[in-house]
Amino acid sequence: MPSSVDEVDRIPLSARPEWSDVRPVPQDDGPNPVAPIAYRDDFRETMDYFRAVYLADERSRRAVDLTTEAIGMNPGNYTVWHFRRVVLESLNADLHEERDFLDRMTMRNAKNYQIWHHRRWLAEKLGPEVANKELEFTKSILDLDAKNYHAWSHRQWVLQSLGGWENELDYCCMLLEDDIFNNSAWNQRYFVITRSPLLGGLQAMRDSEVGYTTEAILANPPNESPWRYLRGLYKGNASQLISDNRVSELCLKVLKTSNSCRFALGLLLDLLCYGFQPSEELRAVVEALRNSEQDTVSSNLAATVCLILEITDPMRSNYWAWRRNNLPSQVR
Amino acid sequence: MGGLEEEKHARYIVSVEKKKDDFEALVIEHLRMNGAYWGLTTLDLLNKIGAIDADEVVSWVMECQDKDCGKFVTHNERCVIHLTSVISGGFAGNLGHDPHLLYTLSAVQVLALLDRFSYCAICCLSLLGRLSKINVEKAVNYIVSCKNLDGGFGSIPGGESHAGQIFCCVGALAITGSLHHVDRDLLGWWLCERQCKDGGLSGRPEKLADDNDNGGISDRPDNAVDVFHTFFGVAGLSLMEYPGLKSIDPAYALPVDVVNRIFFRK
Repeated sequence: MPSSVDEVDRIPLSARPEWSDVRPVPQDDGPNPVAPIAYRDDFRETMDYFRAVYLADERSRRAVDLTTEAIGMNPGNYTVWHFRRVVLESLNADLHEERDFLDRMTMRNAKNYQIWHHRRWLAEKLGPEVANKELEFTKSILDLDAKNYHAWSHRQWVLQSLGGWENELDYCCMLLEDDIFNNSAWNQRYFVITRSPLLGGLQAMRDSEVGYTTEAILANPPNESPWRYLRGLYKGNASQLISDNRVSELCLKVLKTSNSCRFALGLLLDLLCYGFQPSEELRAVVEALRNSEQDTVSSNLAATVCLILEITDPMRSNYWAWRRNNLPSQVR
Repeated sequence: MGGLEEEKHARYIVSVEKKKDDFEALVIEHLRMNGAYWGLTTLDLLNKIGAIDADEVVSWVMECQDKDCGKFVTHNERCVIHLTSVISGGFAGNLGHDPHLLYTLSAVQVLALLDRFSYCAICCLSLLGRLSKINVEKAVNYIVSCKNLDGGFGSIPGGESHAGQIFCCVGALAITGSLHHVDRDLLGWWLCERQCKDGGLSGRPEKLADDNDNGGISDRPDNAVDVFHTFFGVAGLSLMEYPGLKSIDPAYALPVDVVNRIFFRK
């Protein structure tokens, strides 16, 4: 267990006059403890006092301070957090002060469920006036780890419950400029274009988003996220997906420049399965990718795409073979 | 590929149960019930469940049960999807803690594993019987609202798809007979894409592989071992029908013979 300076200087609760009236309650491990834990002395003592205060339902300032100590020793103890909220509510405590405490705790334990739960409770209490502060705070966490799931969940909750959508699409752009492979940022982008009350929804955003996504793909064809995002832009509308020339042209461009990009081939395969009629040029580009040593010749373009993928994507060759054997009848 | 060292894995898990004091024991004290489930299920898959004292474990589990059993136990947690979303109960993560849905599931799983039917009759039949006490349709609708453009599921509507979350959502949909909501082919492909060059699977695009199927006992080669990842390693091998292991039920995450015993009285 790592020890810090304040732990070394810590005065035991039993030696603090303000706690002299409390009789600590030891943990009851039952008659046959299966897995007794040899707690560190200060931890055991703190929890013994916590149990006493908790059982007495003491809603006092010192109870809050005690939960601060207990949380510092184990921020995952959800019972302690729950009691802290009960007491803070009873005391009508200054929740901005609580927010500062929580900022420090989160910075040290950025993946702790209890801390983020407490944060939402707090933001809910403080209301829309803290929306931008909360967005700033999650940004500071995402600056350290751009894929922290808790921070993203909290951010989405803040946007939907407290507002602050104004700059969210710009924020996504910034993150993607930083790392175009960041799937969390692509997910957030989809969240914004489909849910922001300021943007008009998926239909209104589709045209400009297809442009943005196409550029991202051309800059980095082996990036799975924008390929999926592109499909998401046509969600539930396969006929629009196959009739938008920009999509098939993107496949063509990528296949011409970067040999056998599996995402381009995968998208082309889906287009063909949906009934897309390929141009002669596209057909020729795909045929050229086929390994000349491959003896299985197929007149069917969809099957050819599968065969290429079976060779060039060996980790998923079983998957592509399965696709080849399950092509819809109209393209077989 | 080297063989699986069944004896060593079993000894490791038993040794963790006996462990006294270290940092981990301290910060995980409130989720000890999960640890019991991971460790004991792994032992059973390895055919080594006899290595522990079942009576002691059961009495500890029952000590963790809330005296006011039946009270709904999500009072201090968010509506984040876990497999447990559809189950109510009343077990804490350890003695002296509030009951919590996660630990209730682990407790029921441990009791199921050890075949204590007098307790399980209530707890595990509740796992079935109480389904009728909640609004299953609404629960299913919520899960479906977490479905994403890639066919995967996030932990809240709009949350990024994550393989662990997908396990929970697909499992819950399977248990409630609602698998028709899954876009099988789309999701199947997304999951195929999670396999990395080293053969391991990652939870999200552009993240490192974790030990869903590396067969190791840590999350990645050269990392420290733990019971959690030993469970996932052995469970992954079991799903791939590794010789000598019991098969595991993918929805309940319990050995198939245990699930059959509960639901079909086999």
